[in-house]
Amino acid sequence: MKELTIDVAVIGGGPAGMAAALEAERLGVKVALLERNFELGGILQQCIHDGFGLQRFGVSMAGSSYAQKFINEIEKAEMQVFLDTMVLEITEEKTIYACSSQEGMIRLQCGAIILAMGCRERTAGQILLYGHRPQGVMTAGSVQRYINMEGYLPGKKAVILGSGDIGLIMARRMVLEGIEVKGVYEVMSSPGGLTRNIVQCLEDFEIPLYLSHTVTRIRGKHHLEGVTVMKLDGERKPIPGTEKEIDCDLLVLAVGLIPENELSVQAGVEMDERTRGPLLDEDYMTSIPGIFAAGNVSLVFDLVDYVSQSGEIAAQGAVKYLQGKIDSNPEYEKVQYEGNVQFVVPQRIRKGEKEKEVVFFLRVKHPARRAELICTEKEQILVKKKLPTAAPPEMLSCQVKISPGQSPKVQIPETGNSEE
Amino acid sequence: MKKTYTCIVCPMSCRITVEEQEEGMKVAGNGCGRGKEYAMNEHTLPKRTLTTTVKVENGRLRRLPVITDSPLPKAKREECLKEIYTVCVQAPVHYGDIVLENVCGTGVDVLASRSVQQKA
Repeated sequence: MKELTIDVAVIGGGPAGMAAALEAERLGVKVALLERNFELGGILQQCIHDGFGLQRFGVSMAGSSYAQKFINEIEKAEMQVFLDTMVLEITEEKTIYACSSQEGMIRLQCGAIILAMGCRERTAGQILLYGHRPQGVMTAGSVQRYINMEGYLPGKKAVILGSGDIGLIMARRMVLEGIEVKGVYEVMSSPGGLTRNIVQCLEDFEIPLYLSHTVTRIRGKHHLEGVTVMKLDGERKPIPGTEKEIDCDLLVLAVGLIPENELSVQAGVEMDERTRGPLLDEDYMTSIPGIFAAGNVSLVFDLVDYVSQSGEIAAQGAVKYLQGKIDSNPEYEKVQYEGNVQFVVPQRIRKGEKEKEVVFFLRVKHPARRAELICTEKEQILVKKKLPTAAPPEMLSCQVKISPGQSPKVQIPETGNSEE
Repeated sequence: MKKTYTCIVCPMSCRITVEEQEEGMKVAGNGCGRGKEYAMNEHTLPKRTLTTTVKVENGRLRRLPVITDSPLPKAKREECLKEIYTVCVQAPVHYGDIVLENVCGTGVDVLASRSVQQKA
């Protein structure tokens, strides 16, 4: 077994991992980046559409281009990159066991670890679809990979379940490749994706969007022949008599993402039920000191720019930890939140350290107009930000300066004028 | 004739109407100047950035993702796609390489949106 000692090991070479690895190296430590695919870039490599990088680079670029910028930097860097390498286990003592096609088994003893494994899609099994299990039922990400990277068309007539951004992007993509898209069906009463994508991916191509609808049955034994869709009532139960049969040979599932935390849980990292990611502090350190998390493994982001930013925050934290600037047995202050707030990350802040800048990411529970994002400490207002509009698909962020001993509370008071 | 557009400049998503009158275009419902400009462009000459893939030979992947270097008139999309799909490139390809110049006479170039190495 190959044995190595490294300052910071980053698990996962997607946008979070690449940003974390580059930032750690910039700060002068010895870095190893482990990736299970044959190349870096993660999911960005199959996201060939534009709209990436607006916040970070000020231009709209393809996902693949956003990845390429980081890959080019990494090629110039000194870090060790392990491709085709699967991490099998991490321990509380910060030992990584991995298996690589080039090196065989590898044991890495790390000063700090950054988890950047990303997330994966919910599948047919997780949404309890009734009927056979024929070919032709697959996740939007699989369809995306087949079309954009492998060069296969997985069907001719498609139905999409789920109106999140991935579903909308794939609707347009399939039309451009000659697949007939019969419609997008959404369980909720409002679209899951951004208005921009509703306009440019559906309306531009006259693809119908059916809200409060779902697929209730799959037809076809060996290959998908069609689906039954039904309208849902206010409690999301199918309304009898609204059945509609649709012929299709492809059912695309865009029904949500789940952070991929098997390694984190196995290592004993404490999890947050809400984000389905590790419980984090202001440096994105998990409950195991020295193990950090960044990007979609910690919570599902909607903008890659934020994913990169979280990677850099985690890398700065990891280096601080190596320098002994983080207590090995920290005490925490919980970040409070109230009003129209679904969750806030980081969930807690280490007590009794000097003044620091903390970046909070949060989502609202429901759409709102003319709202305010306020961060307070007791009666004192630390930050106040106007929100002309807010909706669950768009993550909000705010930067707050926090003094020792302060316990911040993030709130978006209900305005009573939530719309539509 | 009055037409309605959903503005995508910011998340406010204003519903903006554009009406052609004798004295010019009448725009209503916009929350800001950028929205007015967006709606007028959508009404007169809507444009979109086009992304798709082309065939790549001898590469580690079978498809090369490409992007137009500026937005194309929406009405020209089908025609441009057809021309783009005739392209076949040889690996290695570098990010930013021009894959197709002046697609369908629009003055817009089509670029590789990533690098693809040669097959090992």
